Amino acid sequence: MTIDAKKLNYRTLNEKLRCVDEECTITSCMGQRFIASGMSNKSITIEGIPGNALGSYFNGGTITVHGNAQDAVGDTMNDGTIIIHGNIGDAAGYAMRGGKIYVKGNAGYRAGIHMKAYKEKVPLMIIGGRAGSFLGEYQSGGVIVVLDLKRKEKKCVGFFPCTGMHGGKMFLRSRCEDVVFPSQVVKRNATDEDKMELRGYLKEYCDLFALDLDEILSSEFTVVTPDSKNPYRQMYVAN
Amino acid sequence: MKKEGEIRIPSGCAIAAVISKEKKNISGDLIIKSMVPMHDRSNGLGGGFAGYGIYPEYKDFYAMHLFFNNRDSRKACEVFIKEYFEIVKSEIIPTRKLPSITDEPVIWRYFLHPMRSMMLSLQLDEKSFVARAVMKINTELDGAYVFSSGKNMGTFKAVGYPEDVGRFYRLEEYEGYSWTAHGRYPTNTPGWWGGAHPFSLLDYSVVHNGEISSYDANRRFIEMYGYKCTLQTDTEVITYILDYLIRVKGLTLKEAANVIAAPFWSTIKNEKDRRESEVHAYLRKIFPSLLITGPFSIVLGFEGGIMALNDRLKLRSMVVGEKLDRVYIASEEVAIKAMDKSVEDIWSPAGGQPVIVCVEEGQK
Amino acid sequence: MSIDFISPEYDVIRNEDRCTKCRICVQQCANGVHFFDEKRNVLISDETKCVNCQRCVSFCPVRALKIVKNPNGLKANFNWCSDSINEIFKQASSGGVLLSSMGNPKKFPVYFDRILINASQVTNPPIDPLREPMETKVFLGKKPSEIERDRDGKIKCKLEPQIELSMPVMFSAMSFGSISYNAHAALAKAASELGILYNTGEGGLHEDFYVYGKNTIVQVASGRFGVHEDYLEAGAAIEIKMGQGAKPGIGGHLPGMKVVGEISRTRMIPEGSDAISPAPHHDIYSIEDLRQLVFSLKEATGYKKPIIVKVAAVHNIAAIASGIARSGADIIAIDGFRGGTGAAPTRIRDNVGIPVELALASVDQHLRDEGIRNNISLVVGGSIRSSADVVKAIALGADAVYIATAALIAMGCHLCRSCQSGRCNWGIATQRPELVARLDPEVAKTRLVNLMTAWRHEIKEMMGGMGINSIEALKGNRLMLRGIGLSEKELEILGISHAGE
Repeated sequence: MTIDAKKLNYRTLNEKLRCVDEECTITSCMGQRFIASGMSNKSITIEGIPGNALGSYFNGGTITVHGNAQDAVGDTMNDGTIIIHGNIGDAAGYAMRGGKIYVKGNAGYRAGIHMKAYKEKVPLMIIGGRAGSFLGEYQSGGVIVVLDLKRKEKKCVGFFPCTGMHGGKMFLRSRCEDVVFPSQVVKRNATDEDKMELRGYLKEYCDLFALDLDEILSSEFTVVTPDSKNPYRQMYVAN
Repeated sequence: MKKEGEIRIPSGCAIAAVISKEKKNISGDLIIKSMVPMHDRSNGLGGGFAGYGIYPEYKDFYAMHLFFNNRDSRKACEVFIKEYFEIVKSEIIPTRKLPSITDEPVIWRYFLHPMRSMMLSLQLDEKSFVARAVMKINTELDGAYVFSSGKNMGTFKAVGYPEDVGRFYRLEEYEGYSWTAHGRYPTNTPGWWGGAHPFSLLDYSVVHNGEISSYDANRRFIEMYGYKCTLQTDTEVITYILDYLIRVKGLTLKEAANVIAAPFWSTIKNEKDRRESEVHAYLRKIFPSLLITGPFSIVLGFEGGIMALNDRLKLRSMVVGEKLDRVYIASEEVAIKAMDKSVEDIWSPAGGQPVIVCVEEGQK
Repeated sequence: MSIDFISPEYDVIRNEDRCTKCRICVQQCANGVHFFDEKRNVLISDETKCVNCQRCVSFCPVRALKIVKNPNGLKANFNWCSDSINEIFKQASSGGVLLSSMGNPKKFPVYFDRILINASQVTNPPIDPLREPMETKVFLGKKPSEIERDRDGKIKCKLEPQIELSMPVMFSAMSFGSISYNAHAALAKAASELGILYNTGEGGLHEDFYVYGKNTIVQVASGRFGVHEDYLEAGAAIEIKMGQGAKPGIGGHLPGMKVVGEISRTRMIPEGSDAISPAPHHDIYSIEDLRQLVFSLKEATGYKKPIIVKVAAVHNIAAIASGIARSGADIIAIDGFRGGTGAAPTRIRDNVGIPVELALASVDQHLRDEGIRNNISLVVGGSIRSSADVVKAIALGADAVYIATAALIAMGCHLCRSCQSGRCNWGIATQRPELVARLDPEVAKTRLVNLMTAWRHEIKEMMGGMGINSIEALKGNRLMLRGIGLSEKELEILGISHAGE
C-alpha cells in the first residue's frame, strides 16, 4: 500500500505505519522524523526525504530510502535493515546493537558511534562512499565497512576515526597511509581470512546496489581493531 | 510595623450570608443584624459586606469602588481610568459619621464601560480586561485601591466592627437579592481599609474564616497566571483561585469546590459513581497546587448566587438554614436567628461539600 | 619505605585480649587487610589497604577490632592540608587523574541544615497524622493547560502519562554494573512494595527485573547501554541522562574490572573493557536536539510513558531547566553537586556544580516566572539525607526527590567511598560473585522498606505540625520555611525569609 505523507505530521504517519502489515511505500516524504521508530517487521520504502532519527530503535524489517537521509539514521536500532540509496547525515547508527545499515553514498560525522555487539548480535554498517570524521567513535562491537567506491583525491575517512574504540572491527577500502589512528587501536592490511569474512558482509550489499563484489574485494583493505594490550584506561589513580 | 501587603496576615473571623432564591429584594439592614451577635469573633480591625443586585439602574456597567489616600491620588487614578474606560457616573460613596469609624480614606465609586478600542488592542475579553485594569491600579498606582469591580454589585468595607461598618456605609439604604458579611480578627496588623473583607474581583466576592496552611503553595501557583497577591491574605488568594478556575478555566462551581477542597484519595477510590470518581481524581491530578488545606469556611458571592464551602476536614464552623425563598449561611446559628428567628432545621454542611444557591435565572 | 609512601589513613586496632583468632576478619576483607601468620600464630593487619568500610568491625564476633584515624600525620597546615599533599604524592608517582567515589565530602554549606520548618500554633491547628487522614501521594507529569469537555459538557479526563508515587521519594539511578545484581534486586522489590519507582541507571536492565516494570524508570544515557525496544517498553518512565551531580560535564565510567559476565551482556560491550558514556549525547549538541531525542523515545513507546530529563545542577540551571520544560519532556530531574557516584574524577566531584537546594529554588521560581511550572514536574536529588530534607525540598518547590546514597546506606553501605575498586565488602558496589552473595536481596529490601516507611511517617508528622494534610499543599509552600544564618543573597535565591521575620 501507499501512504501519501504530504500533509501528515510524524505522529500521524507513524500511527498509520503501525497499522500496516504489508509492504508500504511512503510518498512525498518531507522531513517527518522518527519514521518507523521502535517498529518491528515492517517493509517500508520511502520516496522523498525522511527526517532525523529514521528507524530509531528499529526492531526488524526493512526500510529503503530512494534518496538521502538526514541525521541519526538507525539510532539505537536493534534489528532489521536500513537501505539508503543516497547519503546519510551525522551520527548514523548511534549505539546500534543489531541489524544492518547499507548506505550507497557518503556518511556524515560520527557514523557508527557507540556501536555494540554481543554474541550473535553483531550490527553491520556499510558505507559505499566516504565517511566523515570520528567514524566508529567509542565503538565497542559490530562491523563498520567503508568502501569509498568513487575514490577521488580525498581520504576515505575524515579525522579522528576510532576515537575511544574498544571493541568491534572496521574495514576500510584503502591502505590508509594518510589516516591517523589513535594509539589504542591496531591497523593492519586485510588478510585473505579477513577478506573471506568481508565477502560475507558485502554479498547482500553488492546485490542490492548492483555492484561487482569481486572487483571490490580485489582492492586492498585496512582492518582496524582495538589494541587489547593498550586499552583506554591508563589514566586513573584511586583517591 | 510593616503595612498590609508587605507581610502575610493570618486572621480569624465571622461570616454570614443571605440570598433570596426568587431574587426578591433584601435590605442591607438585615445582614448588619446578623453580625451583631457574633461581635466576639471580630476584634474591630475590619468588617465588610457585599450586596448583589444593588445597582439596578446601572446594571450594565462595572461598578468600581475605590479607596484613595487623598485628592491627588484620586486625580491620578482617574487619568488612568479614563484611558481604559468610559466613566458613566462617578460619585463619593455616601457614609455617615460614627465615633467608632475613624481615619477614613477618600471613598468613591465609578460606573464604567470598558473602552472597546483598548480591549481589542490588548486582545482581551471584557472581564479579563477589567480584571487586568484592577490589578494594574492596585499594584502600580500609589494611594489608590479598587475594592469592588463587578456589575450590579458592590463591596463595602472598613476598619471597625462589622455592624459599625454597615451603619457607616448606610447599607439600610440599599436593597439586593443577596448579601454576604464579614467580621475580621487579624493577628498582626493595625488594620487597613483595603485589607478588610469581602475581597472581590469582578462579580466574585469572598468572605472567609480560618487560616489556610497551603497559602504559599496556592499563591505561587496562581501568580503564574497574571494574578498578583498584593494583600497576602487567604481571602485574596482564594478569590483569585476561584476566578481562575471558574472564569478562566470554565469549571462549574461544584468542580471548583472539588479542586480546592478535593476529596481524599481514599474517598475518591471508594466512590460508587465511577464517573464522579474519575472526574475527582482528574481534577486533583491537574490542579494539585490549588488544593487548599487548613481550616476555612468561605462564602463566595457571584452574580446570581452564592456558594458556601468548608475545608475537607471541616475545621471551621458553618451552618445553613432555609425559610421560604431565603437561604441563610453563617459561622454561628445565632447569626441566622438574628436575621429570622423563625428559621428551623438549621444544618451544617459536611467538609468539602459545597452548598450552592442560585437565583432562578442566575443558574450557573 | 620510599618517597611514594603515603602514611595509611587508618590504624587497625586489634584487642589481643579479646581476639580468638577465628579469622572471620580475614574472610570478610576483600581488600586483604587482615591475614594470618601461621608460623607465628598471629593475626596481622596491612592497614595500607584499609578503606574503613567497617566490615571486619561489624562482623568480629568478639568486638576486638577498631578502625581509627592514624594519628601519624603531616605537619598541620590549614592551607596545605594532608589531603592536598597526599594527592600530589599520588599523582606525582602515577601521572593519573584522581578517581573517587560517592558524593562530595568537602566542607561546603549544606543549605538544608540552614533551613527550619514551621508549625502551627493557635491561629490554625496542627493535625495528628495518626488519627487524621494525611496524604503523601503524588503524580508526576505534565498537567494539561486547558480543560476539554465533550458535547454534553462533561470533562474529558485526558491526561499525559503520569507517574504515581505513594510518597514523593524515588530511588535514583544506579546502574547494574556500578552496583550488584542483588542490590538491584533489592531496590526493585522495595520500590514495588512501597509503590514508588527505582531507576535502572544507564547499564540496561537484567531480564529478571522486567517483572518490576511498573515500578521502574529505565535510563537512556549517551552510551545507550542496554537500550532496545523491550527495555523501553519494560519501564513505567524513561529517563534521559544528560548529566550527573557528582560529575557534571563528564560522562559515566564503569571500570573494566566491573564489566564481567552479565554486565558485559546487558551492556553489549566486551568483558573487562571500560564502559564509557561520554559527556554529551552525540546526537544532542543543542536544545532542539534534546527535543528530538525526547520525541524519538515517545514515538518508540507510543506516548505512554513520561520522559524524564536528568541534568546536573550547574550555574545557569534555571535557563537550562526552562529549555527542558519546553522540549516536550514531562519531568526534569536535577542532581546537586553532593550526589553520589560509583566513580568520578576527584577534582570534578569536589569542584564542579552547585548545591541542589539553590538549584531547586532558582529553577522552581524561574519556571513560575515564565508561567510554565505546570508543564513539567520537578524531581531533585543530590544528598537527600532524611525526611526533613524531603520536606524542605518539597516546600522549596520539588514535586518529589531522588535518593540513592541513603538507599545504599540502608542496604549496608558504610560510605567508605571506594566503589571504583569493585571490592565492596558489603556486596553492593561490586561484581565479584563471592562479595555479591553477601547482600541478601530480601534483607536489603526489608531495610529499604523500613527506611521509607519511617520517613513517610516523619513526613506526615511534619506536615501535620504545619496543619497540612496533603503533600500537594506543601509543594512550593516556601512560607513554611525560614533560613538561619544565611545572607540576604542566599535568602533571596532560596525565596525564604530569615527565622524571626
